[in-house]
Amino acid sequence: MPHDHHHGPSIDPTRLARYQNLAKAVTELLIEKNIISSDEIDDAIKGMDERGPALGARMVARAWSNSHYKESMLSDGSAAAEALGIPVDGTKLVVVENTEKVHNLVVCTLCSCYPRNILGLPPRWYKSTPYRARAIKEPRKVLKEFGTIIPESVSVRVHDSTADMRYMVLPARPTNTAEWNEERLRELVTRDSMIGAEAAITPGDQE
Amino acid sequence: MSRLPDGARVQVKSRLVETHTRVPMYIQGKTGVIERCCGPYRNPETLAYGKDGLPKEFLYRVRFFQSELWEDYKGNSSDTADVEIYHHWLSLESEC
Amino acid sequence: MVNKPHDVAGISVSEIDLEENQYETWEKQIDALLVLLSGEKKLMRVDELRRGIESLGVNAYNELSYYERWIASISKILVEKNILSQTEIDNRIRKLRADGDLQ
Repeated sequence: MPHDHHHGPSIDPTRLARYQNLAKAVTELLIEKNIISSDEIDDAIKGMDERGPALGARMVARAWSNSHYKESMLSDGSAAAEALGIPVDGTKLVVVENTEKVHNLVVCTLCSCYPRNILGLPPRWYKSTPYRARAIKEPRKVLKEFGTIIPESVSVRVHDSTADMRYMVLPARPTNTAEWNEERLRELVTRDSMIGAEAAITPGDQE
Repeated sequence: MSRLPDGARVQVKSRLVETHTRVPMYIQGKTGVIERCCGPYRNPETLAYGKDGLPKEFLYRVRFFQSELWEDYKGNSSDTADVEIYHHWLSLESEC
Repeated sequence: MVNKPHDVAGISVSEIDLEENQYETWEKQIDALLVLLSGEKKLMRVDELRRGIESLGVNAYNELSYYERWIASISKILVEKNILSQTEIDNRIRKLRADGDLQ
């Protein structure tokens, strides 16, 4: 049944204090029982902060420059990440390619599955109810809100991450980059282009 | 349990499940085509309750036409959605 | 048929808020707890986290922010597995609150 969320979940200070206390209580108790240590928590956060879209951008730039790599990436994304020294910790990465015929967009309608090993923590909008509800049903309209207009001649394919795969989009290589090396190409690969919400940056279009 | 072949037309079962499942409502009862088998994976419907999730089940990526998922779909008739679905939720269209 | 609260595909909703806010420390700490418990400690699975979130009820699901849902679920699962008891969690929260009031 449809229900309206005029506002996404907001932070209520009293409630927030309650849940922060809950988090603190649980954490303290786990530490006291020697189940986890505060160093392990710090290391986990550090590990989180080290992952980010720059890793995915390396893969994309390599695929743009090397057709063998691109083929291997499309057949086994996890192996292609590891080939560049990016650990995936068991994640099954599926890379989907944007072409002249298909534009791919990734969503997780049931929760917030995202290729965190390759792209870092997801943006808040990716986890929000409005994105999860709408990206699957009206992807062209959602894409338009990101400034991405998909022509009629191109099919839109939405990937709903409902189970064990994680998805990354291989955006199309921008025009006018024939002479560019991998290092320069990486700069054109945005986080949102690897979710499929936008195209990679076309040189000359930058503001 | 024999693996369903790529390209097979399959229908997603329609069930009222109160417990944990990874099959969203919008594809239940819908027909699509197997895009690929992702391999055998543990079943989240029992993993979610602290069980071992065994036996493993084949997981497939099933491709649907958006216009068949949403009555009022406003995009292109060739637009599709790919969703991962475990074996026990699918039946071959001929068996439906 | 009524969708479960987390099964949101196609429901009518507001605009997508595209504002980019960094995650705060308390949010990352909750995330790290799950990473550790479901990863190297193997004490709970992400599937259990999800099930816990889905059983918060429709009001809590819609009202709580993302990591508030997570810690609500994590604590519930840890109690269920007898790793922590509800009483010790409640007592600790009471103590934290009392300490906070003293400041």
